[in-house]
Amino acid sequence: MTGAAETHRVLVIEDEAPIRRFLAIALGSAGFAMEEAARGREGIEKAATAAPDVVVLDLGLPDMDGKAVVAAIREWSQVPILILSVRDGEAEKIAALDAGADDYVTKPFATGELLARLRALVRSRRRADAEPPAVAIGDLSVDLARRLVTVGGREVKLTRKEYDVLALLARFQGRLVTHRQLLSTVWGPAHLDDTHYLRIAVGHIRDKLGDDAADPRFILTEPGVGYRLA
Amino acid sequence: MPISEPDRPVPEALLDQQRGAGRGKLKVFLGASPGVGKTFAMLEEARVRQRAGRDVVVALVETHGRSETAGLLASLEQLPRRTIDYRGQTLQEMDIDALLARRPQLALIDEFAHTNAPGSRHPKRWQDVLEVLDAGIDVTTTLNIQHVESLNDVVARITGVRVQETVPDEVLQRADEIELIDLPPEELIGRLREGKVYVPQQVGRALENFFTKGNLTALRELALRTAASHVDADMLTYMQANAVKGPWPTQERLLVCINEAPVARALVRAGKRMADRAKIPWIVATVVTPRHEALGEEARAATLEALRLAETLGAEPVTLHSESDAASEVLAFARARNVTRIVIGRPRRRWPFGYLREPVSDRILDRATDFEVTVVAQHARIERRRILAAAELPRWRQWVPTLAETFAAMTASTIIAWPLAPYVPLASLAVIYLVAVSVVAFRRGLAAALAASVLGFLTYNFFFTTPYYSFAVEQDEAVVALLVFLVSAVFTGTLASRLKAQVDSMRAAQRRTETLYAFARKIASARKADDVLWAAAAHIAATLNCRSLILMPDASGTLEQVQGHPAIDELDAKSEGAARWAFEKNEPAGAGTTTLPTSEWLFVPLATASAPLGVIGVQFRERGSGLDPETKRLLLAVEDQVAVALERFTLAADLEDSRVKAEGEKLRAALLNSVSHDLRTPLVTVIGAVTGIAEGDEALKPADRRELAATALDEARRLDRYVQNLLGMTRLGHGALEPKRAAIDLREIVGRVRGDLQRVIAGHTLAVDMPRDLAPILADPVLIGQAVANVIENAAKYAPAGTSIGVAAANTGETVTLTISDEGPGIPSADREKVFDLFYRVSKGDGAPAGTGLGLAIVRGLVEAHGGTVTASAGPAGRGTAIAIVLPRADEVVVPDEAK
Repeated sequence: MTGAAETHRVLVIEDEAPIRRFLAIALGSAGFAMEEAARGREGIEKAATAAPDVVVLDLGLPDMDGKAVVAAIREWSQVPILILSVRDGEAEKIAALDAGADDYVTKPFATGELLARLRALVRSRRRADAEPPAVAIGDLSVDLARRLVTVGGREVKLTRKEYDVLALLARFQGRLVTHRQLLSTVWGPAHLDDTHYLRIAVGHIRDKLGDDAADPRFILTEPGVGYRLA
Repeated sequence: MPISEPDRPVPEALLDQQRGAGRGKLKVFLGASPGVGKTFAMLEEARVRQRAGRDVVVALVETHGRSETAGLLASLEQLPRRTIDYRGQTLQEMDIDALLARRPQLALIDEFAHTNAPGSRHPKRWQDVLEVLDAGIDVTTTLNIQHVESLNDVVARITGVRVQETVPDEVLQRADEIELIDLPPEELIGRLREGKVYVPQQVGRALENFFTKGNLTALRELALRTAASHVDADMLTYMQANAVKGPWPTQERLLVCINEAPVARALVRAGKRMADRAKIPWIVATVVTPRHEALGEEARAATLEALRLAETLGAEPVTLHSESDAASEVLAFARARNVTRIVIGRPRRRWPFGYLREPVSDRILDRATDFEVTVVAQHARIERRRILAAAELPRWRQWVPTLAETFAAMTASTIIAWPLAPYVPLASLAVIYLVAVSVVAFRRGLAAALAASVLGFLTYNFFFTTPYYSFAVEQDEAVVALLVFLVSAVFTGTLASRLKAQVDSMRAAQRRTETLYAFARKIASARKADDVLWAAAAHIAATLNCRSLILMPDASGTLEQVQGHPAIDELDAKSEGAARWAFEKNEPAGAGTTTLPTSEWLFVPLATASAPLGVIGVQFRERGSGLDPETKRLLLAVEDQVAVALERFTLAADLEDSRVKAEGEKLRAALLNSVSHDLRTPLVTVIGAVTGIAEGDEALKPADRRELAATALDEARRLDRYVQNLLGMTRLGHGALEPKRAAIDLREIVGRVRGDLQRVIAGHTLAVDMPRDLAPILADPVLIGQAVANVIENAAKYAPAGTSIGVAAANTGETVTLTISDEGPGIPSADREKVFDLFYRVSKGDGAPAGTGLGLAIVRGLVEAHGGTVTASAGPAGRGTAIAIVLPRADEVVVPDEAK
């Protein structure tokens, strides 16, 4: 891998100038190249012209609704979108995720957290073309090719649905996967409201993996939104 | 010689003068008869005033085809008249609304005593005039002496013509100026012959009788006297207002006693003349006894009419109640009110019962030794005829059962007496009949008693005296027995029927008291003003057997129906007008009153001492029942109670308001204090640390730089949490918080919170004890997460570093309980409830950990929004604090096998 290939372009759509300023410094020093837009329409345009590898989108834009920006970009691009949301905007955040955004970070955020999420998004995008054969977190290993799950080398027996859930999380490792995504992929679009299927299945997976919901190592909960694999 | 204190003006007199200030002035051109030239004089004077620059408008003047009058009229502005269609006739009346809108300085309104066409706002023109005066417009008008109410009788006696259109004396007394238009009788008769006098319809028939020299002279004298007495009254007011010393009469009073007798109206008029001459206030009183209540509607209406007349003549109408002794009731009242003169009517002795008991007037005469009593003879033949003709006989429907019962009673007596006849003396059998008569009398009243007496007499005679089976009587002894029987029967019957009347009346009184008591109890226990109004509407409707309404002004001042029993859709325009009138003028209006009497509803104002609240409306099932004393008493009682109850609510609401306000003030002060302190403290650190980094440059060692950055970051995070809490509190306070509940696993929440608070709890160990089989709870994961985070953060803040924070959960029946305990200093038991109050902190001062007093208040708000509870207690080993959050658990759901 060359240094040039490692430089990813980030499009930041954010109306607050101070935030854009510090992001430019933080992202620049972390090896990202930053494009910026202060308005939603301008952002959509740049997403088309600047060919970014990942988009950081603030939901509270003055000219248009953040969900509309997500929907507009999703019409022609699968570029990963990271939402910046305030803590009270739960409903809007979930709506944006359902509209096609990939992850979110709550404002105010630590730079380190934002960078980690951005990296996860870029990584999973590269993977989308070629699915990774296996994912490992600590002593947990999910072998997607062989449908084999082991903890500390010991095989864990999961039901089909439990394996499907874990595999989906592993495929997007580090990224948030919403309840909706999980339910529609694993149980089918008819079961979008059966969140208890998911809750119970995740509970069983945690038990079998020896993971503690109150002090999770593998599966992290985003309350009311979804799950992510550490 | 002692120096006398300066004489002070009498306050009432000053008030009288004052009252005239905002009102227009009334001038009356008074004449002895038609044709003396009142209208002409009025128009001439108006012209003079107009030339002097006054804004004069002719609201309504009749020329009666006289060219001189028409000529004068032409030079003045005339208001168009209003046309009213009444039963095919087209009538023209004064347009009072146009006049009020035009607002001239002076309005000319002819014929003060005129009766308006049905459907007008007021039945009488003098009422229109009063309204115009109230609007601040001066009025001049014309009046003939025979139209003055109190002179009505006198004029009728002089001329033999009774005039129907009258003006109350009280109204005439309000005139600021009375100008007498005098014309010697000879000259008037001359003008009449020349055809210069328009002859009004009511006089037309009696033309020859009316315009005689004798009549005209007498009327002229009356007019002169009236004008003169008005000058007297003016003088009196002036003397009182200016404290001129004079021979004042002491505050004596004249009392006129009336009952349903036809003489009542004449008595009232006589009383008015006497009171006027003596210049003393007067009262007209009637006593309601059980006997009175047993009387028919017609008789009661007569009393009512006389009382109304008294009121228009300026008397104070009073209704007294007495169970048996009307005379002593009257005398007690007279003594209490400082009455010196009593006027009563000559008693009527009607055969035969009038002679059975002493009339009230006789008893008053006997006992009123300390009063001057005047007995007025009856001059009321005309009216008596009218009353007698109007008094309906009881309807045949009532007679049929009464007669049937009478027959049945007599037949029963005969059947009982028949087998006994051979064994007992003849006279004893009569007793059986007497008993039957008493029974019938008690059940059916006086008329039935008399019928039973006669029937009993005939039956007894037919069956038991020789010759048997004939009405003939043989023996003298039997004649005596029969006569004795008849007399006894009549007496017993009369007594029994009076007893019945008394019992009925007492029952009615008891019912009234009971319902009023029930009503008082109901509104005393009412929680809302609405309940009071509802109870009032229901009570009025039930007691008066009518429909009732309560109207109150809404925000824009429009009267709105707030209660109705039953509720009605909409009031017609006329009733609405009456309601508005009653509300604005604070006097009854509508059916049975003199304002808008054609309205179907009667409205009485509902007001407290301080402000008008609304109006009560009643609609009687039978038209024509109006504001009789009984109804008035009831409405007043209800109104009193309602007003008091409503005032109670207003006061309570005011109190609550000021309490809430004070609470709000306290909270505001606490919030201001919190914001200024807790918001600024972290900022001080952040700004200090960041400027240190920015300006320190190369001088700063890398380790110090990192230290400064870490400090700034911690404080910035604290500030963020504080703002978050403030926002949370605001949302809780506005009720904008709507938990989106779902079945969630409390362990997941704790896991997430733990991740978020990593830095905060870094100095403590977290001991989590949550069983695997913990039931899911029904809650909003984000909000409950915030509540749990606040409690854990609080524990970390107060418990010393290195100690452990316990997080334990357990299924507790229908709920799940999460307990978070620390090993900190604990909360004194007295403060354990208060820690959940806004801005409350256990330890205060600079030594206390930085906090906001918001955290636990938000916890309580969030948990209670989920239908849960949160309490504080001592920690597990009696040390520290344990906060227990109890939340409802979610229903267990079964996942089908294929979904596993």
